[in-house]
Amino acid sequence: MYKYDTYDQQMVDTRVAEFRDQARRRLDGSLSEDQFKPLRLMNGLYLQLHAYMLRVAIPYGTLDSRQMHALADIADKYDRGYGHFTTRQNIQYNWIKLEDAADILADLAKVEMHAIQTSGNCIRNISSDHFAGAAADEVADPRPYAELLRQWSSFHPEFSYLPRKFKIAVIASKKDRAAMRLHDIGIRIVKRDGALGAAFYVGGGMGRTPMIAPCIREFVPLDQLVTYAEACLRVYNRHGRRDNKYKARIKILVHELGAEEYTRQVEEEFALLLEQGVEPPLAELERIKTYFEEPLFADAAADALDRSDPDFALWADRNTVPHKTAGYVSAVVSLKPPGGIPGDATAEQMRLMGDLAKDYSCDELRVMHTQNIVLPHVRTADLHTLWTALDAAGLGSPNLDTVEDIIACPGLDYCSLANARSIPVAQKIATRFADSGKTAQLGELKLKISGCINACGHHHAGHIGILGVDKKGVENYQLSLGGSEAEDVSLAKITGPGFDEDGVVDAVDTVTQVYERERRDGERFIDTYRRIGMTPFKEALYG
Amino acid sequence: MKILTGNDLKTGAVTWWTGSDWSLHVEDAVDVTGSEEEIARREEAARRVNVPYAIAADLHEGSPRPAHIKDRVRALGPTVRPDLTLKPADPDIGNWVI
Amino acid sequence: MVDILRYRDDEAVGHAAVTVDSFLDQSNAAAVRVEPGDDARALLPHLERIALVEVNFPAFGDGRGYSSARILREAGYDGELRAVGDVLVDQLAYMRRCGYDSFEPDAPLDAGDVEAALARWPDVYQVAADQRAPIWALRHGDGHAA
Repeated sequence: MYKYDTYDQQMVDTRVAEFRDQARRRLDGSLSEDQFKPLRLMNGLYLQLHAYMLRVAIPYGTLDSRQMHALADIADKYDRGYGHFTTRQNIQYNWIKLEDAADILADLAKVEMHAIQTSGNCIRNISSDHFAGAAADEVADPRPYAELLRQWSSFHPEFSYLPRKFKIAVIASKKDRAAMRLHDIGIRIVKRDGALGAAFYVGGGMGRTPMIAPCIREFVPLDQLVTYAEACLRVYNRHGRRDNKYKARIKILVHELGAEEYTRQVEEEFALLLEQGVEPPLAELERIKTYFEEPLFADAAADALDRSDPDFALWADRNTVPHKTAGYVSAVVSLKPPGGIPGDATAEQMRLMGDLAKDYSCDELRVMHTQNIVLPHVRTADLHTLWTALDAAGLGSPNLDTVEDIIACPGLDYCSLANARSIPVAQKIATRFADSGKTAQLGELKLKISGCINACGHHHAGHIGILGVDKKGVENYQLSLGGSEAEDVSLAKITGPGFDEDGVVDAVDTVTQVYERERRDGERFIDTYRRIGMTPFKEALYG
Repeated sequence: MKILTGNDLKTGAVTWWTGSDWSLHVEDAVDVTGSEEEIARREEAARRVNVPYAIAADLHEGSPRPAHIKDRVRALGPTVRPDLTLKPADPDIGNWVI
Repeated sequence: MVDILRYRDDEAVGHAAVTVDSFLDQSNAAAVRVEPGDDARALLPHLERIALVEVNFPAFGDGRGYSSARILREAGYDGELRAVGDVLVDQLAYMRRCGYDSFEPDAPLDAGDVEAALARWPDVYQVAADQRAPIWALRHGDGHAA
């Protein structure tokens, strides 16, 4: 895991001091709310539906037990004993006081964490593959590249007042576990003729105008990575629309210019920037890489799992994935107990996950964009002990990638932008399938719920997507089918007229029945949908 | 009726204008129709409230109830965590929101 | 009241800046004013006769002026580069990094706040127009990057 050196630490400490000063000036009235707002946002502090909300960055979703403990301590000391893990691999606290905010940032800085650029019209926290460093299919660990870009993008003097927010994801495998092509910039580390480089996908995103990013460059040499990113950003900063915030994301620029013209402009800028010496030397990348060297894995035989406990066997089958090292797996801790709040964890649960990571996962945890936690390096031999501890704490739901493993934004229960509640819908759907026992037989089924068109719940990318809207003051839910944020990326299509809260739960049940009736051997829900199309689902829903 | 709301600058808590002060409880809110801008300007300048604005409300069993569901959730707290709302002991409070 | 913060030793240009369009039409102005939508690159063929570029920030959230400044500096412009308009103390440090060496804010800035803001950051992560060595250069023993 990356460790701050004195420079990194000093930068974060300086930021805390800067924010402390800004908060003081807001509290004494010398800054107006209009002036303070972009400053607090660039430190992750929102004014939300009920209170201030603080979003803490978890760079590329990686943290250790000490950091997880610090997050738990913040939940207890400054909030109400819990936190919410988000679809950007971050954590947010819902009940923060402005007068405490600088102290929280100082506590974070003590464990090499921060809330820098987790909001605002700047380059946000960079996300990555939650199985990075453990996945058998990666050409490299993507996180050193994400860290290189984290440092480049932090306090970037030219790109802190962009037309709109800017999200970057970095992956390094053909499989996409980070919704890479639904980012402003998606980077895939690839190998060509034995050399590593970066493929750039620019102009994807969800929100009110969902778009899949086109590839604008198949191979950027690693010693030009930062320069190329700088060129992409400069073209956007200069020419992205600022007349309408709903058309200000880079996807609109790329769409309106056309990918070819946008690429031409980037290449032109890139050629000029190459002369400017903005690229760190490869030695810096090598320095960063040393922090991501593989842990010393024990020479563990691939022990056969003791399957005598059926509940454990179910969990092990569902919630662990193969590791590149024999005798190890990556284990997924579900934050989706049926009836619970997707992504929420109590301080006690955070501490437990931290402790288990220390004992059983080389002291590492990952936050998934699907709002679960990964223990990336677990010996098969330790799995039963691990599961027993998780299960006792309500963290042992065997439902990874199932209909119960719902992504849901905070919705109208917490968010001032929302038009409808997301969490109660997620709770009802998960409970219905858990009670009926159909979850396992439906297999992989990615269901995603957003409470407004901004799509924080990724509904466009759900095999089944649900969008909450406001219909004359009443919550209403639109159903869509056929989305995916994986390597088979696609955007979901709306089925037809919306439903009320109970109606949309029934509607989800109905479409799963169509799937069960129509599926062929081995087909996932999405495969069946793609083969048979929307019509049979529509007929079942609307008769 | 129109009632005036904002957040406490220091704590961020949702507050309601009572005619003389700010309260955490929407039941304490008073009709501000016609004077909302003046009160908002004065109170914000004094930093007794952050970003105040007026919303529509109706009288419900003698107390103001915001007209829109978003303002009702805001007044109460998250419906999915009744323990964290302002009425943790009231099992029927969900009906007030929906 | 005009309060100009200036971090240069030379004499300031005495006459008003003209728009980019009129600058390109006539040849005798030495001061030009760049609006957010203007292409700073249009000035590049004429840099040797420009002594002052004012870049207007009608609203502090419109960040195009940061790119305009760097583009001019990258092309070798070494005259005065002045940020004008909704220029707030919390933006000064980034503006300096992008090459601004004078500021004409709509609302006067507190001198103490300005000093604190400009002295705040001991180091920087990136190369910009201010010639500061980024942290990666310091790490690898090269204090004189770019």
